[in-house]
Amino acid sequence: MPKLIKLEGGAPAWAEDAFFDVLEEDPTPGQGGVILSLERFRSEGEALLAAGRDVGVRLDAGEEVEALVPWLDRLALVALEFPKFRDGRQYSQAALLRERYRYGGEVRAVGAVLLEQGHFMVRCGFDAFVPADGSGPDDWAGVMKRYRHVYQTAADGREPNFALRLRAAERI
Amino acid sequence: MYRYDALDAEMLADRTAEFAIQVKRRLAGEITEEQFKPLRLMNGLYLQLHAYMLRIAIPYGTLNGAKLRRLAHVARTYDKGYGHFSTRQNIQMHWIKLRDAPAILESLAEVGLHAIQTSGNCIRNITADPYAGANAEEVDDPRVWVEALRQWSTFHPEFSFLPRKFKIAVGASPNDRTAARIYDIGLKLRRARDGALGFEVMVGGGLGRTPYLGPTIREFLPTEHLVSYLSAILRVYNRHGRRDNIWKARIKILVASLGAEEFARQVEAEWSAMVADGSAAGIDVPHAEIDRIRAAFVETRFTDRPARSEAFEAARAADPAFARFARHNVVAHKVPGYAIVNISLKAPGEVPGDCSSDQMEAIAGLAERYSFDETRVHYEQNLILPHVALDDVPAVFAGLKAIGLSTPNIGLASDIIACPGLDYCTLANARAIPIAQAIAAKFADPAVAEKVGELRIKISGCINACGHHHVGHIGILGVDKKGEEFYQLTLGGSGLEDARLGDVLGPAVAGPKVAQAVDALVDTYMRERTEGERFVDTYRRVGLPPFKAAVYAEAH
Repeated sequence: MPKLIKLEGGAPAWAEDAFFDVLEEDPTPGQGGVILSLERFRSEGEALLAAGRDVGVRLDAGEEVEALVPWLDRLALVALEFPKFRDGRQYSQAALLRERYRYGGEVRAVGAVLLEQGHFMVRCGFDAFVPADGSGPDDWAGVMKRYRHVYQTAADGREPNFALRLRAAERI
Repeated sequence: MYRYDALDAEMLADRTAEFAIQVKRRLAGEITEEQFKPLRLMNGLYLQLHAYMLRIAIPYGTLNGAKLRRLAHVARTYDKGYGHFSTRQNIQMHWIKLRDAPAILESLAEVGLHAIQTSGNCIRNITADPYAGANAEEVDDPRVWVEALRQWSTFHPEFSFLPRKFKIAVGASPNDRTAARIYDIGLKLRRARDGALGFEVMVGGGLGRTPYLGPTIREFLPTEHLVSYLSAILRVYNRHGRRDNIWKARIKILVASLGAEEFARQVEAEWSAMVADGSAAGIDVPHAEIDRIRAAFVETRFTDRPARSEAFEAARAADPAFARFARHNVVAHKVPGYAIVNISLKAPGEVPGDCSSDQMEAIAGLAERYSFDETRVHYEQNLILPHVALDDVPAVFAGLKAIGLSTPNIGLASDIIACPGLDYCTLANARAIPIAQAIAAKFADPAVAEKVGELRIKISGCINACGHHHVGHIGILGVDKKGEEFYQLTLGGSGLEDARLGDVLGPAVAGPKVAQAVDALVDTYMRERTEGERFVDTYRRVGLPPFKAAVYAEAH
């Protein structure tokens, strides 16, 4: 069973996965949280949400977050799947969820998720990870501390270098 | 020039430390070679035919003496005593041992040099007009904007796993010295009628097996929106660029398949959405930061000098060799009494773009003494001393002559761009360097080269086109025919303001016949040309037939 790391107050920690990841061949369980494919969500999502269930949607790299916009305020999580670690489309999707659609739920990285991508993922707004390389929360905490500064604004809200310089100049 | 502040220096230190961790994890078997490869590439380390190659970034092609001396030191200590300046204003060391890489990177970092994003599917080191800050025709110093883009693109969280590599060039003059239309994004600074500063934005140029000249998708982008607008372009590309086929993954394919208009529409829509959702405002670099960067580039303290230098004129009259150098390698400067001095790395018999450690140190010395401590790298694989007082040009000439770098051939037939080719590269089908040497030998007599005039010959050892053959006045592409090196010739190309892709002349010619074929092409031009026409002008006027007849008549 792959393990889940979540950012708790900004720090990575092991987390209990309260969701059942429904694969194509699985029947939808009668209770508890579920993660559905986009296709499955389109047919079953409304009913599950109406029944008060916790629902998440899993998008593959070719599916677009725009498809979820009408439901985002009711979705407990969005899982973005990396088919290969070199496929960078989901970074844009995570950024859009956070910056454009102000999505406040969990954005979970699944699939080819490697520790060395951690810095980029956190910066783009992912806050939950299912690493494929056996890495744990301590490793992720280490990766998140590698860079003392950042050059650009992103979904994590870190202050970029140009803003730090301006603040320093104003203090003088 | 821009100097790293504490924040830049700490970014670089953190990167060096991170790469050391990644190498350690690789050696401990915690990450596979497949997983390590992109990490290694984003730090500029390629595995080539004989050894590792380290590609070191030279942002906006600008070096001070300390940096140039350090490159000389690294080449001498860890390589064979020379480096190779590339068509991307970078320098490559071709004989590196992996175990030395961390020590080299640490040594480079001490002077603010690095190999960040010189490879991999990310935004690569960004190039600028090598005459920036020195030529009179520029509307602004492009390096200011390239530095802003350097910071934005460095370790970009969203754009570090793009479908393919991504290259940006920034120019600021009507005369293009960046080859903007063959870039993924080419930017040209221009002024609107009301004096406002903005960029012409060209997207989707590129060479390789499917060459395109990048169409303009926006005539005028106000400078304050530069970073958010480029973010919109990159986001459209990151989401929609092809990832199923490495040969169709560059942005040029996306732009060509959508059409420039539709691509532009998608970019504008994304950008408008970024403005609406508030992210654009946070991404764009504030004026105060641009001013800070600008201040670093305008610090050159020129002195008042007469426009005419008696010393320069006297040397021209006395020494025909100096006069020739002055005609071809010395260009007008924006400040009266100064000149831009081009240093050709194309001496006959040498490898285009190669420079020895001794030469680098001597150039650093000349730059420190005569050019406000600045050296530039031209994408045509030459160097430049951008700010030399006319009075000092004779001394600079003498200094260059002493190290074998006074070849007066800038823009002439022997000033050839060539990729490393099969002598170094795993991708190449054929050698490029010996072909360049054989052609250059034909024009070794400077009087002959001068008579022929401007002629841009570009040679690639394979279809990936690192030698820009599609945009050469004469382009030469190495192909493998049953184990033999053959070369396809193209005519009439240009990557500059008169951009065009070259036309294929006819069947490929065997390696030993290439220089002879070039000779026949040049003879045809000399016969056909009218007053003031360059080779490329004559070709574009008369077309293929006479050139074809000349080359294939001789071949048979």
